Amino acid sequence: MSMNRRDFLKIAGISTIAGIGGTALAGALKKGALVAPQTAPNTDALTGKRWGMAIDMSKLKSDESIKRITKACHRIHNVPDFSNTKDEVKWIWTETFEHSFPGQEHKFMPEDMKHKPFLLLCNHCDNPACVKVCPTKATFKRKDGIVMQDMHRCIGCRFCMAACPFGARSFNYKDPRLAKNLQEHMNPEFPTRTIGVVEKCTFCYERLVKGLKPACAEESNGALVFGDLDDPASEIRKILASKHTIRRKPELGTEPNIYYIIGGNDYAVVPEIR
Amino acid sequence: MKIYNGGKILIGLIVFAALFASPFYLNRGKATAKPELKIDTPEIQKLEDKKCVEPKEFMRAEHMQILNNWRDAVVRNGDRNQIIISGQKYDKSLQNGCMKCHSNKKDFCDKCHNYVAVKPYCWDCHIAPKEKKS
Repeated sequence: MSMNRRDFLKIAGISTIAGIGGTALAGALKKGALVAPQTAPNTDALTGKRWGMAIDMSKLKSDESIKRITKACHRIHNVPDFSNTKDEVKWIWTETFEHSFPGQEHKFMPEDMKHKPFLLLCNHCDNPACVKVCPTKATFKRKDGIVMQDMHRCIGCRFCMAACPFGARSFNYKDPRLAKNLQEHMNPEFPTRTIGVVEKCTFCYERLVKGLKPACAEESNGALVFGDLDDPASEIRKILASKHTIRRKPELGTEPNIYYIIGGNDYAVVPEIR
Repeated sequence: MKIYNGGKILIGLIVFAALFASPFYLNRGKATAKPELKIDTPEIQKLEDKKCVEPKEFMRAEHMQILNNWRDAVVRNGDRNQIIISGQKYDKSLQNGCMKCHSNKKDFCDKCHNYVAVKPYCWDCHIAPKEKKS
């Protein structure tokens, strides 16, 4: 059989159109077969454009209150505790002033300030370095400002841990379910993580949809104020407008959204820092 | 045509064919029973209108696709709008949606997954409900 170029091109063209059109048609028909369920719009959710937090250190007076806040968070989110720093997973934790705000410490600062435990968590930066380096887009910036992670996508490369200048991310070197605290108690409403993924604070995105504030803010008796930084009428904006606040490593340009009110010298006890 | 070492090769071929086909003739007529899923948990029996979010046949074939869509909606798009089926609201969630009714993972999920030899990794992170007798 012989065929000239003209006939060949005609047949090739027609079969291409039939192929593409056919699949599109089949897809459209298949879609129609799906019963679309009704959905109820969620009206309880707290909504914002740039969630942030102001932490008033003068109101965090005792070790107990700090422990209570940390515990509330870690308990709700099934954060494992392996009791060693190598395997440590932390969503909210404490550090000294020197380590929280490097470069701002000096020889003559108040002794209690040097040893005061500063409550640290993910800064939910405006320009998050962790999001830029993630090769699978497992971590991403939500529209409301929360730096989220999709654990289904995380491949455990730990680029985000290297990129984050705040040490907010922890790697699961061990299966978290082997941790003693999780074997004793797990929150059945929230998943655990699996071995080989990176995790961090999520600003309680699962509580915000229910209209609840983050667990740490709720547990803090007003020391941690959570709110929308884009809303000029919000409580947090009023605090930021009236008091002097500092942020961690602002010089790096990631625009952290956690603000610290330093003030207060009434923390007299030298605590164990963990 | 002459085959060198023909006898050995032929015996070898026969042994190979017998071994290769052994799973078929050893298991002939011994088909494992089709898994019967239990959908009579206490939670489901309490429901007035026992309806899932999609028809049974669709769920059976496409539940993994629905779970993927829900995951994308909830985790990536922050869309937690609940699904309403005959007045009842359901979360778009495996742990807080599906398993609230289907509280019998062993008789519901595992039975079929074992039968077809698939190992979904849902339960590495998501917490299965405490097993209840159905």
